[in-house]
Amino acid sequence: MAEDRIPLVDMRDISVAFGGIHAVEHAYIDLYAGEVVGLVGGNGAGKSTLMKVLSGAQRRDSGEIYIDGKVATINNPRDAKIYGIETIYQTLALADNIDAASNLFLGRELTTKVGTLDDIAMEAATRKVMGRLNPHFVRFKNPVITLSGGQRQSVAIARAIHFNARILIMDEPTAALGPAESEQVRNLVKQLKKEGIGIFLISHEIHDVFDLADRITVMKTARMVGTVNKNDVDTDKVLGMIIGGSIPPGVAITHAYSEARV
Amino acid sequence: MVEAAGTAPAPAQGRQAGIIRGLLQATEVDVRLIGMLVALAVIWIGFHIASNGLFLSPRNLWNLSVQTATIAVLANGMVLIIVSRNIDLSVGSLLGFIGMVVAVVQAEFLPWLVGGHVPLVWLIAIVVGLVAGAVIGALQGVIVAFFQVPSFIVTLGGLLIWRGATFIMTTGRTVAPLDETYQWFGGGHTGTIGATASWVVGVIVCIGVVASIIMGRRQRRRFNFPLRPIWAEVFLSVVGCIAVIGAVAVINAYPMPPLLARRYAQAHHIPWPQGGLFISFGISVPVLIALATALAMTFIAKRTRFGRYVFAIGGNPEAAILAGIKTRRVIMQTFIVMGILCGVAAVIATARLNAATVGLGTNYELYTIAAAVIGGTSFSGGIGTISGAMLGALLMQSLQSGMELMGIDTPLQNVIIGIVLVVAVGIDTAYRRRTA
Repeated sequence: MAEDRIPLVDMRDISVAFGGIHAVEHAYIDLYAGEVVGLVGGNGAGKSTLMKVLSGAQRRDSGEIYIDGKVATINNPRDAKIYGIETIYQTLALADNIDAASNLFLGRELTTKVGTLDDIAMEAATRKVMGRLNPHFVRFKNPVITLSGGQRQSVAIARAIHFNARILIMDEPTAALGPAESEQVRNLVKQLKKEGIGIFLISHEIHDVFDLADRITVMKTARMVGTVNKNDVDTDKVLGMIIGGSIPPGVAITHAYSEARV
Repeated sequence: MVEAAGTAPAPAQGRQAGIIRGLLQATEVDVRLIGMLVALAVIWIGFHIASNGLFLSPRNLWNLSVQTATIAVLANGMVLIIVSRNIDLSVGSLLGFIGMVVAVVQAEFLPWLVGGHVPLVWLIAIVVGLVAGAVIGALQGVIVAFFQVPSFIVTLGGLLIWRGATFIMTTGRTVAPLDETYQWFGGGHTGTIGATASWVVGVIVCIGVVASIIMGRRQRRRFNFPLRPIWAEVFLSVVGCIAVIGAVAVINAYPMPPLLARRYAQAHHIPWPQGGLFISFGISVPVLIALATALAMTFIAKRTRFGRYVFAIGGNPEAAILAGIKTRRVIMQTFIVMGILCGVAAVIATARLNAATVGLGTNYELYTIAAAVIGGTSFSGGIGTISGAMLGALLMQSLQSGMELMGIDTPLQNVIIGIVLVVAVGIDTAYRRRTA
């Protein structure tokens, strides 16, 4: 990525502690428009926590978030959505007892002129977006608990992309899916990237990351190992970073703000 | 409660069950609601036979409707509370407390203040009652939502506090009589709207039912959504209207006793013929209040953001927070709604009794919770309907009044109602697990 461009997201020196335990320590990460950054690391490396800070679901103890080069105030999920940050959580974060449209618009309901819920308009919009994502989806009237894993996933994805996200966080988007559905998600990521959306992709599936990401950020035990261009590394080197916790010799660090540069 | 439509059909009944299933599918009626209606029908017919034809008389059904009103109003609010994974054990005591406040205000405090009769004292008293309910509800709600004290504990405290406060307010004295206009809200002999107005109400409700079905269909067609078959829409409209008109007919079939009728005739300058006059009470005011409350609460639950959020929080609190919902505020608001409904119920109960007593509303929290869960509200959160709770309240009251009619003692009544509660919820849970 060109150094003179302003990153879409720039998180600097982020720290989060639960009690005395550091979940994220002095972490930094950035993301440009139309780019996919893969975020990898072992269990408990702090990937999800770092992303939850960006999506407003987790309070940070220190650090700053810049959106388009300006300091952003993100203290709750509402704030994040104002900045166009949408998240597909690993747990999907769906209310199981209500239908797809109600989930899609949860917290952002369409209302009629008199302020009542406009369920018909919401269902219409849901049918439109689902028609694009998952044409086989027909159970618009059923609570989402009655849907299959793939269908639930597509509801969660629909919710993230319907509101013109600029920044998309995907936490293990293919973990619960079969091969065909996973392929669908991969195609979607490529398409969204083309549309200029910046995507953070958390995944255990190293092949997915190599397939989709432009850069790869590695974390280990709450700290940053570093960010590298995908083309400079192979899976072995990335696995080495995940396990060993250091940048392999001869690989350039690509992050704008990093301890190496300070 | 659900055996009617839920079980797999035996081969011989296959054809018939297929028709029932087709009907349910086409009309999109909730199977569990049908189950409850069937259970209610079984209870009514059972009592009718056991009481030698007394139970299904207009007189008894009229009384049943009035007796159900108080618990029905409370159950409406309890649905939202339980759906959002909370509980309110204080509603009975709160009803007693607000009832006492309302009685003291109109019978003692205001007359003392101005030294005589106060105009519109009934209205002032009611407003005071509703405001008191909202304030107390807000107080309990804030402690639950913002101080994170479990609602079970907060409202258990409330149960003790408000009952105690009721006693302290008048040192245990009963306050009576109440304002004459105020008594209208209790549905006593003056608190009814008469036959003609009852028919008008019935016709308006019918028009409302048909209009909502037509409008819903028009909306769906505008967006090219799949439509219900037209025969299903007609079927629903016809069944709805027959039910409403039938209910009004039954209510209007209960005449005033001769003495009251004569007094009524005199007051309205109607000549009194030889054989007496058939003058109907018509729908009683508490029943109208309960129905209006149910309508309003259904609107809140289904058509407003607040209602949607209550259900979302009950379904997945974490997801609701991540969606940006101010969950604490929503929880607090459910308690405010519950408090206001306690105020409404307190007005009905005191007006009906024409007095406020220290014990008014004792155990009502239990009946209310029972009505809500019999009506399909789930303690695991996120599931429940206002219409179900209304039916639940009616079912509970039917059991009680039926057993009273048969001369069954209160202890045995309690045993039976307790068993029905557990069995009903047990069947419902099993059904839900199978269909989930």
